[in-house]
Amino acid sequence: MHTEETAQIQVIPADKEKIKKIWMTAGILGLVTALEFLIAFTVPHEMETLRVSIFVAMTIVKAFYIVGEFMHLKYEVKALIWSILIPMILVTWLLIALIHEGSAIYNAIYL
Amino acid sequence: MSTTAHTIDTTDKNIWDGGQSPLKASYGKLMMWFFLLSDAFTFSALLITYGLIRSAHPTYDGTVEAFTFSNEYWPIPEKVFEAVPFLHGVSLPLVFVGIMTFILIMSSVTMVLAVEAGHRMDKKAVEKWMLWTIIGGLTFLGCQAWEWTHFIHGTGGGGASLSWNEYGPADFAGLFFFITGFHGTHVFSGVLLNFLIYYNTVTGVYERRGHYEMVEKVGLYWHFVDLVWVFVFTFFYLV
Repeated sequence: MHTEETAQIQVIPADKEKIKKIWMTAGILGLVTALEFLIAFTVPHEMETLRVSIFVAMTIVKAFYIVGEFMHLKYEVKALIWSILIPMILVTWLLIALIHEGSAIYNAIYL
Repeated sequence: MSTTAHTIDTTDKNIWDGGQSPLKASYGKLMMWFFLLSDAFTFSALLITYGLIRSAHPTYDGTVEAFTFSNEYWPIPEKVFEAVPFLHGVSLPLVFVGIMTFILIMSSVTMVLAVEAGHRMDKKAVEKWMLWTIIGGLTFLGCQAWEWTHFIHGTGGGGASLSWNEYGPADFAGLFFFITGFHGTHVFSGVLLNFLIYYNTVTGVYERRGHYEMVEKVGLYWHFVDLVWVFVFTFFYLV
């Protein structure tokens, strides 16, 4: 009986700072989404390049907080961080290249 | 003599020779990361396809107020997605999708709290936060079901199918179904995994095991689903 008593699981009390940080990150994510919403209806559609750049920048900010804080990648070893990031940087290149390709198709059809 | 040889062996040992974790992460967590990377490739392929096809179509160049649906140009997303349940006929551009984004972010937060509770071996707290995460996931799925129904039935112009739609070029609806559908499938399997974790927590599997690492691994998957939605929200609904 006694051994079972000592083998009881010890619940460690929550660290207030840690919990606060999680909610802070959540707050930032919510705020950035709200800001995106605001920009979608205040910056006119004629300023397309500005709109797109702001949206992409804000998406990267959100991705940084989700992957860095929530998925904890920020605190992993450098080798792990880079093995995730480098392939995604190459994918970004594919995105840019194929959007460029898309406008070339547009030019071939409509111009 | 054998001890001397042994000492030389360990000092010359490369970190990749085995017996240690060079990436300071467990096998399961590492494999989850690499799976998610490959999953990110698939989602990237879908979003890049959207970018390519959209940039190969003419853009609407009139005023937003005068916008009408036409197969001649790519629609402005905020003009397509402006319905909210129970508010029929009221134009509320992107409000519903904004709510969906908020729901998914919140369920990501409750997931982090579940992982945090797992680190502290707090079974009751893990149960509570996992349940909230499951509720968040199910709510999101319900919202998506409504969104799809509305998109398919349309607003009187014939709705949408894979081959034709009232909103714009045929590819517009095709990409909508594929991108949000593939993401929705991920949310669905995420909810199933979350439920499995919840079940194992309640039955004390992880408490007996002595750690809650499974919560962390499935947590990674769940955050990834949230991350993908952030990108879908930007590239499909905002841009």
